[in-house]
Amino acid sequence: MKTYDVMVIGSGFAGMAASLFAAKRGLSVVQAGGTGGIDFSTGFIDLLAVHPVAEQRVWEDPFAALVALRRDLPLHPYAHVADDEIAAALEEFTGFLEENGLCYTGRPGRNTLALTSAGTVKPTYLLPCSAWGGVEALEAKAPTLLVDFHGLKGISARQIAEVRADWPGLRTARVRFPGMGGELYPEHMAWSMADQARRIELAEAVRPLLGDARFVGFPAIFGMTDTMAVVRHMEELLGRRVFEIPTLPPSIAGPRLRAAFDRGLPALGVRTYTQKLVSAAEVSGEMFHFTAGSGSTAVRIAARGAVLASGRFFGKGLKADRHAVREAVFDLPVRQPEKREDWHRAEFFDPRGHEINQSGLETDAALRPLGADGRPFHPRLHAAGAILAHQDWMRMKCGAGLAIATACKAVRELSQNL
Amino acid sequence: MTTLHTRVLIIGAGATGAGLLRDLALRGVPALLIEQRDVNSGASGGNHGLLHSGARYVASDREAAEECREEGDILRRLAPQCIEDTGGLFVAVRGDDERYVADFPGLCAASSVPCRGLDLGTARVMEPALSPDLVAAFAVQDGAVDPFMLSLDNIAQALSLGNSMRRNLAARSMEVENGRIVRVLCRDITTGEDVRIEADLVLNAAGAWAARVASLAGARIGMLFSMGSLLITQDRIATRVINRLRRPSDADILVPGGTVSILGTTSIRVASPDGCRPSVTEADRIIDDARAMLPILDRTRYIRAYAGVRPLVSLGPAGDDRAVSRGFALVDHAADGLENFITITGGKLTTYRLMAEKAADLACAKLGVAAPCLTRTEPLPASTLGQWTEPGKGPRAWVDSRTEDDLVLCECEMVSRGVIDSIIDEAGAMRGRSMLKAIGMRSRVGKGPCQGGFCGQRVTGHLYDRGMVAGMQGLAELKTFTERRWRGFSPILWGVPLMQADLQEALYCGSMDLEFGPPPSTRDDDGACAPVAKEPA
Repeated sequence: MKTYDVMVIGSGFAGMAASLFAAKRGLSVVQAGGTGGIDFSTGFIDLLAVHPVAEQRVWEDPFAALVALRRDLPLHPYAHVADDEIAAALEEFTGFLEENGLCYTGRPGRNTLALTSAGTVKPTYLLPCSAWGGVEALEAKAPTLLVDFHGLKGISARQIAEVRADWPGLRTARVRFPGMGGELYPEHMAWSMADQARRIELAEAVRPLLGDARFVGFPAIFGMTDTMAVVRHMEELLGRRVFEIPTLPPSIAGPRLRAAFDRGLPALGVRTYTQKLVSAAEVSGEMFHFTAGSGSTAVRIAARGAVLASGRFFGKGLKADRHAVREAVFDLPVRQPEKREDWHRAEFFDPRGHEINQSGLETDAALRPLGADGRPFHPRLHAAGAILAHQDWMRMKCGAGLAIATACKAVRELSQNL
Repeated sequence: MTTLHTRVLIIGAGATGAGLLRDLALRGVPALLIEQRDVNSGASGGNHGLLHSGARYVASDREAAEECREEGDILRRLAPQCIEDTGGLFVAVRGDDERYVADFPGLCAASSVPCRGLDLGTARVMEPALSPDLVAAFAVQDGAVDPFMLSLDNIAQALSLGNSMRRNLAARSMEVENGRIVRVLCRDITTGEDVRIEADLVLNAAGAWAARVASLAGARIGMLFSMGSLLITQDRIATRVINRLRRPSDADILVPGGTVSILGTTSIRVASPDGCRPSVTEADRIIDDARAMLPILDRTRYIRAYAGVRPLVSLGPAGDDRAVSRGFALVDHAADGLENFITITGGKLTTYRLMAEKAADLACAKLGVAAPCLTRTEPLPASTLGQWTEPGKGPRAWVDSRTEDDLVLCECEMVSRGVIDSIIDEAGAMRGRSMLKAIGMRSRVGKGPCQGGFCGQRVTGHLYDRGMVAGMQGLAELKTFTERRWRGFSPILWGVPLMQADLQEALYCGSMDLEFGPPPSTRDDDGACAPVAKEPA
């Protein structure tokens, strides 16, 4: 059996980032585990926008927010990663995505307000380039036409226009998507947009509605693999700036990310078993042995080090019964509220966030999860992403950024120990 | 200010108020039903949906047992669309009181409640989920009733006969002159509009809020409030109603409701009917207790919890000896110097019709109307108003009559856009201004495993598309709807439901930042019990 340098457990943002960083540093990498929340991602890469959450203070400068965060919450995982390492990790990560057909953009050192499918705007750090026109249109409150489609649920242009009362130049129209009827799915639509003829038909349906619009926004359906080529073609056809708005899941933001990794990671030599959950782990001496998947298709994997990036409850990295939260692979100690009554607050939207969101793995400064004795469980086991304790990525707006930054840190520390 | 005139004003659209609106309509008496929130917002929505055979009360309250048996038979015959005639079992497990078990068949016979002893092997074949520690089992005639369909069907027939209803209209004060209530001043809590109602007679059917309504006229009713919490399982655990054969206690009953089962209940004395919600502690207590009867309850998946407040009337000096049973209270406020004011409260869902009959009899006597009660013999017609609360109806309708452009907005429960549209159109004025909640109450939206995480947003989008909500209103309603679901969702968050909640928060807060922006719309939400619903899947 081949022995890998690193086993990456998890295929969400943190797992993908850990595999990428490890492979780029010349380590032999194997990756297994569920895709977790990535299928439900908007594609936005948040770094940090809200702190303290109870005050709902929104920061324009995420690095200034990081300074305040590390001062106020010294146990937050960001406290273990330096700013320049975070910035470099994000650059390496988006550079990799760009090489694999997914263009990202943003303003260095500044959060950007991005339009969501609910009509709200959220601060984020990096966005798919295909969404950038929406940022400019929103900032300028420019005359804009928002198009949605008969049969596509999960996005209502009219809702966005109603909620954005501060944008009187926003008009809406609902059109039929060429060549399809009944209920539509973003992934089917995206594949069909690979066909230039389909784009021409769509542009013809929209052109009579343009009026004075300088921008035209669409639900995110512009291709799976080369979105910006589709966007540019649509701009050419319509003679207007064109942008996408990420839709509710099932959207194509997640599949686009997965497709980029499915192409890019094997090219870097990473062995991936993305649909196999890690069902067992043993530590014997210097080695880890894992079982991924179950039944006759289960695989055995040997590695000298591991990055645990298995996510929270939705990603199945953490499991809860009526009495306690457990870590799913190694049964590591999980920091958590004492009683289930204290897991959640009375109001779902309580600005302070739910106590259980602060639960997770405690680590040393090298992001090694602590065992029952309070010392690192294993010298070459590191953790990254949402499974880490003392953070609430949903309220702090730091999900992907935290995943990428901690993955980078975990890999760097691990590589020094191999 | 608008002034409305009616012969009889009924306050409170629970099962009794809905039954009264229909009873009076069948007697040809014009009536207006007003409700501060929505149909079945109190105990009529927050119960098991159990059609009592009466066996539960044979030891403690023989009169109630007999009433339940008789009313159960009437409902099975006249409102079959609202009933699933499942039959029920009473079972005891090792450690339960043997004397209670031994006395049970005799007590049933004394109340003419049919009851048949079963050998344990037969009982286990009938209900394989029963505990191996079973020591006794009896078959009785319990059933399941959909309280929402029941109330909506009552209202629908009353409306068709010319009576009317206003939702979101709260009685705020009453003007009394010469021993009569001459005017009831109300406010539409969604629009703030004041409405004056002049009626010959006022019927207080406000359930747990009856004492508060009575006090508007200066009358006093001694009431106690008992909050009960229940749990809904993801799957149907048993074919029949299963009762623990012991003195009424916590967690002693499991009622099937479509594709789910409902487990309960607890009983906690609370100071007020407002603000009740199920808790983690209660959810755990129910499971820890009930698993002796049905061990599978320890490992099954739960969809949500809910709570209701039982109105208990303590008939002190202010009470009335015409209270027909310890099960419910009929109060003629003539004793308080109010000739045209009647309160009917307490009781059980199973006896709602009888309560309406007795109250309507007294009202008619006061009004000099001779028409007899017809609800004992007239079938309750199934209505289009009540149909969408039925599990399985949405999917069937979608399959049978879907057009290419109809979309399924709620995938857990297969509720299509066409169904939502028909609810909006059918509900008419009853819909009020709080759209999403009204739709939730009248359909399966939000009641499946996702608890509204996906369908809430999709229905909201559709309401914007149709122009039914504007500006921030839709988002505010979505937040209100989410908070309402959360009350029942948060007590059962472990295992898969916790994953679901994790995903919902990732979407609502992580992706859409909905924790910012407008606060939940609370104008039609006084903080009282969630319109909890029987919530059969």
